[in-house]
Amino acid sequence: MDSLGWVAVASIFSAGLCIGLGAIGPALGEGRALAQALSALAQQPDEANTITRTLFVGMAMVESTAIYCFVVTMILIFANPFWNYFLGKTGGG
Amino acid sequence: MEITPDAFIYWQHGALKFNATILVTWLNMLVLAGGSALVTARLSTGERMSRGQNLLEILVVGMAREIEDIGLRPARDFLPFLGTLFVFVLFSNLLAVVPGYRAPTGSLSTTTALAACVFVAVPWWGIKRHGLRGYLRLYLQPSPLMLPFNIFGELSRTLALAVRLFGNIMSGAMIVGILLSVAPLFFPVIMNLLGLLIGVIQAYIFAVLAAVYIAAAARVQQEREEKGASHG
Repeated sequence: MDSLGWVAVASIFSAGLCIGLGAIGPALGEGRALAQALSALAQQPDEANTITRTLFVGMAMVESTAIYCFVVTMILIFANPFWNYFLGKTGGG
Repeated sequence: MEITPDAFIYWQHGALKFNATILVTWLNMLVLAGGSALVTARLSTGERMSRGQNLLEILVVGMAREIEDIGLRPARDFLPFLGTLFVFVLFSNLLAVVPGYRAPTGSLSTTTALAACVFVAVPWWGIKRHGLRGYLRLYLQPSPLMLPFNIFGELSRTLALAVRLFGNIMSGAMIVGILLSVAPLFFPVIMNLLGLLIGVIQAYIFAVLAAVYIAAAARVQQEREEKGASHG
């Protein structure tokens, strides 16, 4: 297989791996945060505003790692820098 | 497949490009400013008010209350900046359901510009409240050992702010695009609804995170003042 084929295989394979593995951690963390927030809400309904705001902000923080993985996946599939490099090398000569 | 509205270039002259992001951003600004000007042209202080005034009052009062809750007082100082961020992001996210509209927040250049505004606003208010020395001392806060971590945290949270908004909005448009080719009848509608929800939450998160960052730089002095006031 030539280098272009290897780049394609590696990109697609690692893109799937990246988003798959990258989703596990944030999903577990967010689920835990949500469960804790729900029990806090059940105990102190008066503090609903503060709890919800803190929950949203915290979840956004946790989620950002998953978003990084997603962006890297998108770059690997749609805007891969190595792809264009090797395409120019094989096509342009 | 195009992943950002940056790729639609209407006019190009050398390095100058006029793309869909710029066009839609300016249209957004025009609609927001024009709409507000139209509503605020005839304000009433009585009980009878126009619908537009009611809407804007709910929005402004709600935002001011949120800002005060986070600990930024008086809210009037911070409302113009944080409110603009929130309204602009919310408006562009919500309009994404209109066919043919490409949300400018789905482009990394827009979100980076917004995050850069926050990056500048944090030291601006920090220095305004603490003075230059007081603000710089915040970087040495728990101990001088933490200096590199504090500086790096400042940079990485700006990056996270930009990439988070971009990733969420872009993925919404992307999923609808992919589903249109796989299951075109029903599922894209549901995902669009989910996209609306995510758009509202992301606008809220963007504004709240900006407020929290500014509060972290501007708040310490206030607490000291409050403590002093309660003692004296």
